[in-house]
Amino acid sequence: MQQYEIVIVLTPLLSDEVAKEANAKFSKILTDNGAEIVQEDNWGLRKLAYPIQKKTTGYYHLTEFKAPGDVINKLEVELRRDERVLRFLTIALDKHAIAYNEKKRSGAFNQKKPAKVEDSK
Amino acid sequence: MADQIRYVTAPKVEDNRKKYCRFKKNGIKYIDYKDANFLLKFVNDQGKVLPRRLTGTSLKFQRKVAQAVKRARHIGLLPYVTDSLK
Repeated sequence: MQQYEIVIVLTPLLSDEVAKEANAKFSKILTDNGAEIVQEDNWGLRKLAYPIQKKTTGYYHLTEFKAPGDVINKLEVELRRDERVLRFLTIALDKHAIAYNEKKRSGAFNQKKPAKVEDSK
Repeated sequence: MADQIRYVTAPKVEDNRKKYCRFKKNGIKYIDYKDANFLLKFVNDQGKVLPRRLTGTSLKFQRKVAQAVKRARHIGLLPYVTDSLK
């Protein structure tokens, strides 16, 4: 079961509950097809670096999950169909990425890059 | 009169500071595309990826940085082009 990570950006026109409900719908699609959600992270409303579909902010939602390969296509078809989704990005995680996420979850303090005292740049 | 020496080409300022790949030095294995303010260090103020000769990163990690920046741009964390990023 490969491990994946997906970031979904929803349109800001939604209220908080509707955004959560939309994310829950996508997570349900995942779990229905035999995926196992490792971690869900809601960044909430964030400012975009450039306007997407004329909107300057968006609801960010991160979902990390383990799944067989074919689930991704089903999920992305749903994401493309749903017009509340501005943009999404699905990434397959390699072992370094998995270790990084693990470390980030367990010890947020040691995830911080070692103090760059000697970094003269 | 003699002290007004005008150089035809700009004198090459010698930056003799030894460049190193900060990823190999700090043992960083994965560059997170979601960590926008870390990626800002590798992008100039127009939002373009800095070349290796300036940052000194090794080829392997320069590719990872470039890919992470492109992913961050896709989900709207980093701009594609801007005039005053920093």
